[in-house]
Amino acid sequence: MIKISNLHKYFGDNQVLKGIDESIARGEVVSVIGPSGSGKSTFLRCINLLEQPTQGEIVIDGQSITAPGACIDKLRQKVGMVFQNFNLFPHKTVQQNITLAPVKLGLMSQAEADSEAMRLLEQVGLSDKASAYPASLSGGQKQRVAIARALAMKPELMLFDEPTSALDPEMVGDVLDVMKQLAQAGMTMVIVTHEMGFAKDVSDRVIFMDGGYVVESNVPEQLFGQPQEPRTQAFLSKVLR
Amino acid sequence: MLDAINTSLFTPIGEDGLIGIYLILNGLKVTLIVTLFAMILGAILGVATTLMKMSSRWYLRWPANFYVGIIRGTPVVVQLVILYFIVLATWDVDKVSAAIIAFGLNSGAYISEIIRAGIQAVDKGQTEAARSLGLSQAVTMKEVILPQAIKNILPALGNEFIVLLKETAVIGFIGGVDLMRSGEIIRSRTFEDSVPLFTCALIYLALTYSFTFMLSKFEKRLKQSD
Repeated sequence: MIKISNLHKYFGDNQVLKGIDESIARGEVVSVIGPSGSGKSTFLRCINLLEQPTQGEIVIDGQSITAPGACIDKLRQKVGMVFQNFNLFPHKTVQQNITLAPVKLGLMSQAEADSEAMRLLEQVGLSDKASAYPASLSGGQKQRVAIARALAMKPELMLFDEPTSALDPEMVGDVLDVMKQLAQAGMTMVIVTHEMGFAKDVSDRVIFMDGGYVVESNVPEQLFGQPQEPRTQAFLSKVLR
Repeated sequence: MLDAINTSLFTPIGEDGLIGIYLILNGLKVTLIVTLFAMILGAILGVATTLMKMSSRWYLRWPANFYVGIIRGTPVVVQLVILYFIVLATWDVDKVSAAIIAFGLNSGAYISEIIRAGIQAVDKGQTEAARSLGLSQAVTMKEVILPQAIKNILPALGNEFIVLLKETAVIGFIGGVDLMRSGEIIRSRTFEDSVPLFTCALIYLALTYSFTFMLSKFEKRLKQSD
């Protein structure tokens, strides 16, 4: 579904991605782990062009998104993104957050979007919060609304950028449960995470990144059980204590 | 003291036989008219300048940056005098209109900076979230960024209004008779210093203070929706 070849990204003189080659199949759930500064968030943000790759190609569903003149807005409609800091629109209610994009892009009428929003809120366990403003929600609730907002566009692929890193520990479970449901429902997902247990449980494949490279990529049992590369072993020995 | 007040404000002075309080009220009217219309002109110019500054086309960006740079880099009184005596010299423009244009041009530059700062203060994540949903740059601006930026912009615009009100006190430089200039006229006719000057000061203070008061109430209401 996604084919990434020779992806490089510089911020000024600082090279963050040093040639990434990856393929992600439809329905696959891929977790990306690695130390801070390893480039995993940048890698994820390149997939929907929130960061413009310096070099390399990304093809989604046979369409190159890095080609000049590619319609980025159309692509992004197919790719949902969930951020570490939620980024809900504070001046809109939960329901308006969810319905804004599908209505403005002419994909649904307001009535259709409203009932879709209610369905999604039920799915993430927040049907009583439809008319609340984001400021009155807890972090875990905000993140579940953010997931519902992304799902309202009926994306074919969901990107998660450390979705639980800004949450109080007791909120993490609710968000991970929603993500687990999504994975079981067959959504294609790429998840940058520090939740090793979750990555192990949910992923079809885990990618370990360090220093701008993909160091190792394998099914979770193998990557966590018998890591091949010394850097993976060193990282895992620190985080899996 | 009472004598001084009586002479300065309530006794016919000068050849026209007008009393001081009448001069003061007329001057106050000019001050308020200039401030109000300059603010309106400035708001229009400010929005236009901001749009030009945010444009991707250099031939829109450059003039906007030039305009803001010139206005911010020179005193408003210099701009007023140059505009009235040089730029508008060949046209028959009255002093109040000239003052409105000069102060409008001046505040337009500052207002464009206020709008820009208000937009930039909105978290970058908001743009990213909206764009990641597939919304265009324009829709993102209209639906997500501007409604939030307005909350930063409106209070700062209120401050700009107060600053402008006080800055108009230099209208006398082109011979316009505003509040400050009326005080000066009374001073020169009666040789009383304290009463006309403190009267002017008190009126400015009352205006800015009541406006600040209204502004803080308004800001509280803006905050309630957070």
